[in-house]
Amino acid sequence: MNQIIIADSLYLVILVVLSIPLGFYIDKVMTGQQVFLSAVMRPVERMIYRIMGIREEDEMSPKQYALAVIFFSSLGLIFVYALQMLQGGLPFNPENLTAPSWDLAFNTAASFVSNTNWQAYSGESSMSYLTQALALGVWNFLSAATGIAVLFALIRGFVRTKKTTIGSFWVDLIRISFYLLIPLSLMFSLVLVAQGVVQTIGPYHEIVALETGITQSIPLGPAASQIAIKQLGTNGGGFFGMNSAFPLENPTTLTNFLELLAILLIPASLCVAFGKAVGDNKQGRAIYLVMMILFVGALAAVTVSEAIGAPLVPGVLASGNLEGKEIIHGVGTSALWGTATTAASNGSVNAMHDSFTPLAGLILMFLMQIGEVVFGGVGSGLYGMLGFVILTVFIAGLMVGRTPEYLGKKVEPFDMKMVCLIVLVPPVFTLLGTAVAVTIPQASDWLTNSGPHGFSEILYAFSSMGNNNGSAFGGFAANTLFSNVAGGLIMLIVRFVPLVAVIFLAGNLANKKLVAKTEGTLSTSNALFVGLLIAIVLLIGALSFLPALALGPIADYFTAIT
Amino acid sequence: MEKNKSASIVSKLRPALVGFVVLTLICGVVYPAIVTSIAQMAFPNQANGSIITVVQENGTTIDVGSALIGQTFTAPQYLIGRPQGTSQLSPVSEEQQALIKERVVWWQALDPENSRAIPGDLVMASGSGVDPNISLEAAEYQVDRIARVRNISAAAVREIIDRYTTRKLLGLWGEDAVNVLKVNLALDGRIP
Repeated sequence: MNQIIIADSLYLVILVVLSIPLGFYIDKVMTGQQVFLSAVMRPVERMIYRIMGIREEDEMSPKQYALAVIFFSSLGLIFVYALQMLQGGLPFNPENLTAPSWDLAFNTAASFVSNTNWQAYSGESSMSYLTQALALGVWNFLSAATGIAVLFALIRGFVRTKKTTIGSFWVDLIRISFYLLIPLSLMFSLVLVAQGVVQTIGPYHEIVALETGITQSIPLGPAASQIAIKQLGTNGGGFFGMNSAFPLENPTTLTNFLELLAILLIPASLCVAFGKAVGDNKQGRAIYLVMMILFVGALAAVTVSEAIGAPLVPGVLASGNLEGKEIIHGVGTSALWGTATTAASNGSVNAMHDSFTPLAGLILMFLMQIGEVVFGGVGSGLYGMLGFVILTVFIAGLMVGRTPEYLGKKVEPFDMKMVCLIVLVPPVFTLLGTAVAVTIPQASDWLTNSGPHGFSEILYAFSSMGNNNGSAFGGFAANTLFSNVAGGLIMLIVRFVPLVAVIFLAGNLANKKLVAKTEGTLSTSNALFVGLLIAIVLLIGALSFLPALALGPIADYFTAIT
Repeated sequence: MEKNKSASIVSKLRPALVGFVVLTLICGVVYPAIVTSIAQMAFPNQANGSIITVVQENGTTIDVGSALIGQTFTAPQYLIGRPQGTSQLSPVSEEQQALIKERVVWWQALDPENSRAIPGDLVMASGSGVDPNISLEAAEYQVDRIARVRNISAAAVREIIDRYTTRKLLGLWGEDAVNVLKVNLALDGRIP
């Protein structure tokens, strides 16, 4: 246990230390300042603007920005769907994989375009190398870049006064891709390959097992390049079905550590970038602190439950809950990964969450259900949390009878309407999806576990899709017509409704004038506010989900055999 | 008039369409192609699945497996790995407890002389279903049996196990692990 505490603490220290310079770097990139990559990237950037036919300084109104995001993502949705349906006749398909069912292809397209990466398919048996690289891999990049772009549109809303524009989506998209995501992924993927993550376009390798003589197929593919961005961009969609539990996707303790770090690196850095961009580092620090406190609490609970929560069997050494875990990862880094991947909306796994102990499973679910705001998705996690910040300011304002304001901007009815869409759309659709699923007579056939844990499999699935996370209780049979269609629609709604609301919120804020800070202005960077914000996030989550959690993991805990 | 209108729609859609094509080509073709080229040149073994190749008696070579993908072993002369496959069962469910008890019985039948408690990883399945490793305790649990069946010293078995043990990262992250396939190939004298 001591080793785990030291390892987890050091992991967080390294994360914080790296997030500060990276956060400053991201701020510089997004405000068009000179960075060390400019010498290489600036000419490329300029050339791309030229062939796109845009000028860097041409900015967009909120409506134009939202339309650009929606149109661009729609192109992605159609392209990812079409490439899957046509893969049987296209090259780079050494295993001759055919098209998936239309509903699975739709679910997968919706999943990758919405930065969810929920996977109702298993990569090695469903997707050709071409589909993986050209459709899924590309949208690992672009959905992540879209999230960060919209965050910066919101930041401009806070920073600007009396303006009608919030930046250019195209410029944001290109800068994030070329200065941040592509260079980081390139470096990271080469480390992964050196450690044993596969990267080839050759066919699967057949070998004959030593003792049994049975032929074993070793699945291959251009995996490392995709796994790098899958971890960095809070995507989480595995190249292989078993994700980062599969040794060819995460072969060593070093790759495990780096993949873990990559889950939280950009979401954490964005807190720093936010503080820098709004000209008050303390604002970024307060939000960072809120996320960190919630994260550490969750991590401690998950780790303890996994270490001592599984029943002891006579004749077996007490080794912690190793069911569904790889030996090299052990209980410690499996619990850390589970917490990080559900706190951030990454959704990759290095252990099977279905086989986590009931209380650990509860925490993982709850981290998703509070709206993916504890680090959350790249960009989307922070803009979601900023929704909660404005909500907190609003509630505090009601309590003391003052007009609420944040970062010098008055919070008015239109802003609160947008905040409600940001905060409430995900829980509504999570619960709706779960409720409809359990009324379907065949639902019990989709489950591996019975009783409360079976219900947890459904609740987890819709919490994951309903908050763009993408991880799963693997015992849930995800590839059904209902789950594919309903889940696909839910993933699109909970991604794009809040995202558009953020853009219009940004536009409305940019249009306002600054109000002067006075004695009575509520501080949004002190300990009191940090506590208030934590309370509001937990309260909204608990109000929405306690009844459902009581039927699932809580009942599971109290009926567990010991 | 009509022409102007369609021209203005095209000019509006141009950034999206061109941007889509350019970014798709760069992220989906150029980037994986660069990584694949470097990987194949610099790390050919790792990039192609860490395949273990051994020389046979007649001088030809044969692929015996991937160092990273576990194989099924059940014979007493081999180091035996974790249960294959993934259960997805709750650890507090009766089904899971029954599975574990079944495996305990199997292990006790395999080696009735061994009355020690069985390390958890030998009776609980992994997440990948093909975990190539077992814990140090799980390897140590099997040393005496392997030595006895093969009629070699326990020290010799331990020496081989030690050679194919990987350590936790900086003594902190992850766990020490023994690669089952490599140990068995070494026990059979097919790799050093």
